[in-house]
Amino acid sequence: MKAAVIVFPASNCDRDAKVALTEMTGKAPAMVWHQDSDLPDVDLVVIPGGFSYGDYLRCGAMASQSPVMRSVKAHAEKGGAVLGICNGFQVLTESHLLPGALMRNAGLKFVCKPVTLKVEETQSAFTRGYNNGQSVVFPVAHGEGNYYADDATLDRLEGEGRVVFRYAANPNGSARDIAGILSEKRNVLGMMPHPERVVDGATGGTDGRALFKSLIETLS
Amino acid sequence: MKARVFVTLKNGVLDPQGKAIGHALNGLGFPQVGEVRQGKLIELEIAGSDADKARADIKAMCEKLLANTVIEKYEIELK
Amino acid sequence: MTEITPAIVAEHGLSPDEYARINTLLGRAPNMVELGVFSVMWSEHCSYKSTRAHLRKLPTTGPQVIQGPGENAGVIDIGDGDACIFKMESHNHPSFIEPYQGAATGVGGIMRDVFTMGARPIAMMNALRFGAPDHPKTRHLVAGVVSGIGGYGNCMGVPTVGGEVNFHPSYSGNILVNAMCVGLARTDNIFLSAAKGAGNPVVYFGSKTGRDGIHGATMASAEFDDASEEKRPTVQVGDPFAEKLLLEATLELMATDAIIAIQDMGAAGLTSSSAEMGDKGGSGIELNLDMVPQREANMTAYEMLLSESQERMLAVLKPGREAEAQAIFKKWELDFAVIGITTDTKRLVIKHKGVVAADMPITALSDEAPVYERPYTLREPASGTPAYDKARPVLASLEKILGSADMASRRWIWEQYDHSVMNDTQQAPGGDAAVVRVHGTKKALAISTDVTPRYCKADPRRGGMQAVAECWRNLTAVGATPLATTDNLNFGNPQKPDIMGEIVAAIDGIGEACRALDFPIVSGNCSLYNETNGEGIFPTPAIGGVGLLKDASKMATIAFKRDGDVVILIGETRGHLGQSIYLREIEGKEEGAAPRVELDVEKKNGDFVRRLIEQGRVDTCHDVSDGGLAVAIVEMAMPRGLGAQVGQASIADAIGFWFGEDQARYVIAVPFAQAEKIVAEARAASITVAELGKTGGDSFSIDGKDSIAIAKLRTAHEDWFPNFMKAEL
Repeated sequence: MKAAVIVFPASNCDRDAKVALTEMTGKAPAMVWHQDSDLPDVDLVVIPGGFSYGDYLRCGAMASQSPVMRSVKAHAEKGGAVLGICNGFQVLTESHLLPGALMRNAGLKFVCKPVTLKVEETQSAFTRGYNNGQSVVFPVAHGEGNYYADDATLDRLEGEGRVVFRYAANPNGSARDIAGILSEKRNVLGMMPHPERVVDGATGGTDGRALFKSLIETLS
Repeated sequence: MKARVFVTLKNGVLDPQGKAIGHALNGLGFPQVGEVRQGKLIELEIAGSDADKARADIKAMCEKLLANTVIEKYEIELK
Repeated sequence: MTEITPAIVAEHGLSPDEYARINTLLGRAPNMVELGVFSVMWSEHCSYKSTRAHLRKLPTTGPQVIQGPGENAGVIDIGDGDACIFKMESHNHPSFIEPYQGAATGVGGIMRDVFTMGARPIAMMNALRFGAPDHPKTRHLVAGVVSGIGGYGNCMGVPTVGGEVNFHPSYSGNILVNAMCVGLARTDNIFLSAAKGAGNPVVYFGSKTGRDGIHGATMASAEFDDASEEKRPTVQVGDPFAEKLLLEATLELMATDAIIAIQDMGAAGLTSSSAEMGDKGGSGIELNLDMVPQREANMTAYEMLLSESQERMLAVLKPGREAEAQAIFKKWELDFAVIGITTDTKRLVIKHKGVVAADMPITALSDEAPVYERPYTLREPASGTPAYDKARPVLASLEKILGSADMASRRWIWEQYDHSVMNDTQQAPGGDAAVVRVHGTKKALAISTDVTPRYCKADPRRGGMQAVAECWRNLTAVGATPLATTDNLNFGNPQKPDIMGEIVAAIDGIGEACRALDFPIVSGNCSLYNETNGEGIFPTPAIGGVGLLKDASKMATIAFKRDGDVVILIGETRGHLGQSIYLREIEGKEEGAAPRVELDVEKKNGDFVRRLIEQGRVDTCHDVSDGGLAVAIVEMAMPRGLGAQVGQASIADAIGFWFGEDQARYVIAVPFAQAEKIVAEARAASITVAELGKTGGDSFSIDGKDSIAIAKLRTAHEDWFPNFMKAEL
């Protein structure tokens, strides 16, 4: 599997994504600067966590307008896999690659802690390595992870099996405890929790490995 | 021209910050405060003198960047 | 031109004697611009004029030290060509006036100090002191400071991995916000601030200059009164996005060999950075302010020189390398300008709009700054043990202590900090020390910040020693070898002999402990005049220590891990209750002697425990500090809800045994099969050791009689902070 990680000026989980991908795939991903309009030929694009453009105006709003996002959209339209983590999820909703929006946490505070997630859907390139209903622990670290969409959209997401991860104990007020969703074509995943922080057992667990393994198996 | 764009959450979208402000105001001895909604004000300097054109341009800016129309609505004021 | 009157001199925080000295040094009267420059350069904050004579007594060298005090931060060698660069700094006064921005810019400032030297910041710590919990401002200040630290650090993508927080009425009018940054560099790529050589371009990069924080440095050097809150406009506003760009761009520039010297613009901005670079390099500097990127129109030379706008750097480049540097800053969308040149005149010359706005010998600003041997009186340390009710039930007191303001869980705070970004955090907040891996290696750094202000108030010398000893012990308790420290000395008004006495005694105690424990001080900061309406804070010399784990897989944590482990106490328990948490929380007394600090015992016990951890024989360890032994054991039980049944091992007085704050103690838990041998080894090394009992069950019980559920204690411990902050927006 060939992967690329998008780097916005204030991305700050780009290195973590790179380390996790390198560990799991055995080769370093391409790091693509936000001003580059060309994306290398890859199977997976990761939009990492961080604060892209300082998260001024709205998280992910300005990033969604950057040159590289036009290429990411084209990649997604061709069926290429896109994984948006944390700020990356915000960029994906702002770019309309995923429905809904991420609002300020209901508790109004940034929250960083390990959370238990339920794997709701294994019919995807991202989660086929998990068992349906499996509990996994990933850290969250965000101030605006409160997923919002209107009821019709939420019903549709649930009906189509596009809610991939749900919080066991909701940390941010997210609608229907949603932690991660798929696009209609199931090739774009946005999630607030950080799978790349649970690849290396020395720093908090290994529950994220199966996500990368699933991608490698599907996309290689 | 000077333009002011007010961006607020759509009615029906929960505004936890507004709720907290309302709660705090009640606690500070302002029981008359009911629902509070908070938003942002963006001031723009716009070149040119055609108000209709400016309004149309700002509307495009709102749709493209300044507001997230999934959750936010906006109002434009031109001076 | 404004005439310089005695009132103007006083407004600049300069005494009549100091003004006279400026006239002598210049050979004429200064103009307003020069007066402004002298006022900041000679302020306590920049010149250390009250403490310099005493700070010289601190140990600052050792084989591990690459760079001691005097640069932006200290540098130590951690092997394999890796260097650790770190420093702690206060942002007390600005944080009291505007807690969010004050704390945020404090974080930004200390990060710049570290990356200015070539390091990528890898961990942030903070030491916070707030007023009484029921003081009307405390909640607002806690909420603002915590979200300011988080807002800045989280955006930077540097994990905030720990710290300490105290509440006490002595801080109600003067909170303390001390932030520590730890970074990693290569030993052969460390950058200093000496602007050596003439004819080299002086370049400015980062954010534009505005009228922010003019006279912040003098504000940090004066007492507060009720009017201070109106000084709000002088507080700077932080832009973590700009800082993140500045960090990446600076490191990118450092990967070239274009830099001769580099210095961040902190307090007193352009003035102090240029004067310090010229001073250290033995050169002169000529600046043309017309070239300075400006955010506001019509700024005067005075305003530009004293502006404390954030996220700015000054560097001296090798000639001809300007374009290469400019390209890097263009990529990161930051301002870049050549604003001056180094000279051989040893003068700081400022030109603005075609005229010379200031012209001063650099040594007048640095070496010739006043150094005061302020008069001091050493007061008799508090002594004795206050009376207490010996029959009071232990477990009810324990529950109350665990749920008290100073002892309750800080989870409410640290869950607002991203402590796992960079994916190298091996020990998150809540343990004895934070542990952060050296990226890509099996090594890790342990970090802890410590001071016990109530001990320092009772006995400043012993309190200074204890702060160092506790920091050293916390690093040891995770298995790290303590290497070096940074100090952040927070005190009241040094012009009062009693306060100056606290400073002198505390520095003396710190120095003695650092020498005995081979724990030199490589950087630091003083914050004086922490007084409001004549009331000083408790002396608070915070110590930030760094230690090294050569093999982080051997690291110990505080959590009990196995049922049936033997709980062993290392160190002697005499039942010292003077100045203890127990006396304060249960008996309502802040009295008595501070606990004795025996540095030889501290070293012997710590070295023994560390060796056990390094050998892979102990993975569960906790130092005994605030609250005493019972609190320490329950802190080990709470993480996994695994209880312990323990008994009193010595001295008849149960209160003293379970709550005494004797120093140099550790609790370890080891499998039964290994316990006997460890105890025998300790005895053979003449270390006081006792088997207290076993882990198991879901409660904490004493002497097989009284017992309390760990869940109940955890509720008390976890609930205090969220309940306290509930009312704050």
